[in-house]
Amino acid sequence: MYDSGKVIIGIAVFLAFVMFPFYINIGVVVEKPEPCLDTPVIQALEIKECVKPAHIMRATHIALLDNWKDLASRYGERLFVTEDKREFDISLQMTCMHCHSNYERFCMECHAFVAIDVGCWECHVVPEKETMR
Amino acid sequence: MISRRQFLKIAGISAACGIGMAATSSFIKAGASRSDDTRDRLIAKRWGMFIDTRKIDENDRERIINACHSIHNVPNFDNPRHAVKWIWTEEFIRAFPEQRGEFIAEKLIQKPILVLCNNCSNPPCVRVCPTQATFKRERDGLVLMDFHRCFGCRYCMAGCPYGARSFNFWDPKPYIEEINPEFPTRMMGVVEKCSFCYQRIDRGIIPACVEVSNGAMVVGDLSDPGSEIRILLREHITIRRRPELGTEPNVFYKI
Repeated sequence: MYDSGKVIIGIAVFLAFVMFPFYINIGVVVEKPEPCLDTPVIQALEIKECVKPAHIMRATHIALLDNWKDLASRYGERLFVTEDKREFDISLQMTCMHCHSNYERFCMECHAFVAIDVGCWECHVVPEKETMR
Repeated sequence: MISRRQFLKIAGISAACGIGMAATSSFIKAGASRSDDTRDRLIAKRWGMFIDTRKIDENDRERIINACHSIHNVPNFDNPRHAVKWIWTEEFIRAFPEQRGEFIAEKLIQKPILVLCNNCSNPPCVRVCPTQATFKRERDGLVLMDFHRCFGCRYCMAGCPYGARSFNFWDPKPYIEEINPEFPTRMMGVVEKCSFCYQRIDRGIIPACVEVSNGAMVVGDLSDPGSEIRILLREHITIRRRPELGTEPNVFYKI
């Protein structure tokens, strides 16, 4: 191989560069995100279940929110009936945030962990700081 | 060895099954998300508004504008050129320029008139919107905005002959006196306008301006000959803003 010294050094520098995120984090302990469900409204609920079962909400809440957004703002549909016939008003601020009033410890707990920005709060109103727990 | 005839049969049946399944699944999908439940909702085929300008004095105007702007988190920018307006006052002669006659009553010329989005039946803002952020709701003819989709090109502001649309040149949040937690705010770079209080209508409440107008403003279904608004329109002589433009505005003024 011609210039093997330069090539090998080049490969080593390249690998060191692309693997930077891995070795910089060796030994760093990151806590598992624990979204907090402890708000006064949730505590007072009789049936402590969201509009869909928790595992579905965890995986596909953005699909539901996107659907709710279209229903409310484009089609004027404000009634959501769950599978067990509970009724909810379709509204992020008045329904979702009513229970999940702790945006810092509910939304951001996971979203910060996986580094996915939440654009909702650029317009939608976050509940008052003092009601957060 | 498969014969030509058999091959065509199998291919035909598979194609038919595929088309059938696609049609069924799209039908199920559409059926799942929409409900036909209309309870609690104010219903009309074509919303319209009647404004009796003789019943509205200065205090009424202030109260009506405040009611609307506080509910909808409308910012109050310092620079009047950046003002955001959902409902505001315009001098009579600017609101109705075609009424400028040789012997027009002098008291009329500068009379402040409450103006708002006309919810046109033929809305130019909807036609020019490249993202369908502004759209005409099929159910009741309201011209609405989906703020999520607006990317601030301002074609609609050029298209609207009534100046009913405002642009957020800055982040509006610091300029909102008291934020109403039941309605969203907007972000910089988004257009906004009167929404005919669709969020109230869809929950069975009349628009905020009508509620505080002491009967000077009335909303109703223009497609229903027996509705209150149609009776008012039959009894009074009313005018609309710039009808010659063909936008078919649905706000009627008794002068």
